Amino acid sequence: MRQVVENELTKIEIDGKEIEVEKGTTILEAAEKLGIEIPTLCHHKAFTPFGACRLCTVQITRNGRERLVTSCNYPIEDSIKVQTGSERVLKGRRMIIELLSSRCPDVQAIQDLAKKMGIEKSRFGPKNEDCILCGLCVRACEEAIGSSAISFVNRGINREISTPFYAISEDCIGCGACQFVCPTGAIKLEKFTNKEIRPLTSDFNMGLSGRGNVYLTFPQAVPNVPIVDPLNCIYHLRGTCKTCEKYCEPNAIDFDQKEETLELNVGAIIVATGFDLYDASQKPEYGYGKYKEVITGLEFERLVSASGPTEGKISIDGKEPKKVVFIQCVGSREKEGDHEYCSRVCCMYTAKHAHLVKEKIKDAEINIFYTDVRSYGKGYEEFINRVKDEGAIYRRRELDDPIEVTKNKDGLVVKAKGHPDLEADLVVLAPAIIPRKDALDVARKVSISQSPDGFYSEAHPKLRPVETLTDGVLLAGCCQGPKDIPDSVAQASGAASRAMAILSKNKVKMEAITAEVDEDACRGCGICIEVCPYGAIELKEIDKFGHIVTVALVNEVLCKGCGACSGTCLSQAIQQKGFTDQQLLSAISGVIRAA
Amino acid sequence: MSEFEPNIVAFLCNWCSYAGADLAGTSRIEYPPNVKAIRVMCSGRINPMFIVNALQEGADGVLIGGCHPGDCHYSQGNYYARRKFQIMRKILEYLGIDPARVRMSWVSASEGQKFADVISEVIGDVKKIGPAKNINRI
Repeated sequence: MRQVVENELTKIEIDGKEIEVEKGTTILEAAEKLGIEIPTLCHHKAFTPFGACRLCTVQITRNGRERLVTSCNYPIEDSIKVQTGSERVLKGRRMIIELLSSRCPDVQAIQDLAKKMGIEKSRFGPKNEDCILCGLCVRACEEAIGSSAISFVNRGINREISTPFYAISEDCIGCGACQFVCPTGAIKLEKFTNKEIRPLTSDFNMGLSGRGNVYLTFPQAVPNVPIVDPLNCIYHLRGTCKTCEKYCEPNAIDFDQKEETLELNVGAIIVATGFDLYDASQKPEYGYGKYKEVITGLEFERLVSASGPTEGKISIDGKEPKKVVFIQCVGSREKEGDHEYCSRVCCMYTAKHAHLVKEKIKDAEINIFYTDVRSYGKGYEEFINRVKDEGAIYRRRELDDPIEVTKNKDGLVVKAKGHPDLEADLVVLAPAIIPRKDALDVARKVSISQSPDGFYSEAHPKLRPVETLTDGVLLAGCCQGPKDIPDSVAQASGAASRAMAILSKNKVKMEAITAEVDEDACRGCGICIEVCPYGAIELKEIDKFGHIVTVALVNEVLCKGCGACSGTCLSQAIQQKGFTDQQLLSAISGVIRAA
Repeated sequence: MSEFEPNIVAFLCNWCSYAGADLAGTSRIEYPPNVKAIRVMCSGRINPMFIVNALQEGADGVLIGGCHPGDCHYSQGNYYARRKFQIMRKILEYLGIDPARVRMSWVSASEGQKFADVISEVIGDVKKIGPAKNINRI
């Protein structure tokens, strides 16, 4: 690695502009500081400069002599004058591009460069190479990954990139760094390894696009900063790389950050843990997971989003669909099974999707299979009518009549009872909204209960829709039941204001039915302390007629009035107010005799 | 002779089984009326002697209703109830009381139909074995 001598500065001139740099800095780095662009092909900020492509060649005048040097790896030692666009430089640059374009007639990046320089056709006979021997892949594998699985082999016209002896490499970890840095697309990972190549996909884009190990989860993330994926980050796995650090100007990346557990004392908890989507591949008749042209509504949302994987263009495999079929009620409203309920949001978002398809693809044919159209909200019915006027055809089907999606040589075919077979380029399913996989675990952590459908139980279905039966724990959003955005916002506002009501008072309501100890009867055995779920009981010493004895004492603020202590006490000394043994025995007697 | 109508005392925990019974009522689910409910805050409150007491007072059967394991409103009360009940059952058997008379059941607040079903089952079982006799205070 080259040495940058600290504190020893030297003044140079690039294209007439002066700059003072530390000795050892390359011309390319110095030019970057001045904002002067020099084209490169084989250069990468994070790897050792290689000087393979020669595209960054500049003209320098040093000690009166003019020379052409590669700016990427020329270390500045003394005062030089650099010209990045002189006639000699441009002539050389054109020759390099012309030669490259004849070497790689099929590589788009090279051909674009050639067009930019005004080269229509190369003078030299075409070769059939994709690789320009820039060595970026070799340097990536060696310096960033630390594997050195591939390198240059052979000499002269036979020089190429390969693994030792062209064999499948044991050292290749299948990370794809070589494929990523390759400027021409010549590298194919499958040639080097037999390992399963698993692309990292963006969860937010429903797996429709990839992501790196340092990535911004989604544009609206809070905080709006990228995260490092510790499970796949090369530095975390192998201790090498840290390429991202070399690009981060404010030096904001901290690889030593670990997951922290914070302990917070709070007065109210709002559970807003959301929902999961039904896995439509559980209904194979719809073809989800089998045909790539069958997608879910949420995947469609990402396709039409301007910040999504296709930047808003509706396309499958690069092709714009002309015939779109929407199928509602996939997994909802089942006669038996876990999802008897209606998922509430699908009718409206399907109509919205149909409207968007019509907007983006003017001549699209749209068919929507529905069972009922539930357009219950403000402006909803009017919107459905508008979508129908725009040309979407609503076709009714009974839930008992399954719809089959099959493929023939032309595309997909959607078969439904009572309707003609429909051709489709794209099928969008509306899967059921289901409780999250971990709903039970979270419920147990905050002591709330679930209704039979798995969503969290509100305290009262009509009168207390944002509270649970556990004091201080409130609900908002789809974790309590499927609902759309206006309803979620309304419920969340309600929960927040209930939380404020709890916190704004300087008093907390205590239970009245707490436990009480008869100190004369208590023998201080401590069994009540063992069964109390709240740690509300402790032993204290008192003076009983001159003897110091230990008896139980109840902390009335902690006691929640469950009565476990009263049910366990061997001496009947600790009693729950309102539910004493005497009271319950009278109740038993009264209730039987009254029969 | 009219059919024997058993007298069942049900100890129901406030948050789950009592609410489940309430839901059965508001849902207009029909079930036999032979059950007398006594509300406690938690099934863990129940002293095993209450069961014996109920039988002594003249009940033909006792039902203890609690939350499903893991879902107790007070986190562990139903586990304590289950343990106490399992030991109590053996004692009752030793005392010569038919085990079909005394039942423990988990009913959650949203299981109105299940509550009605459990009640019907208990009453059906107790009807078969007849009224409780000779359980007296000494």
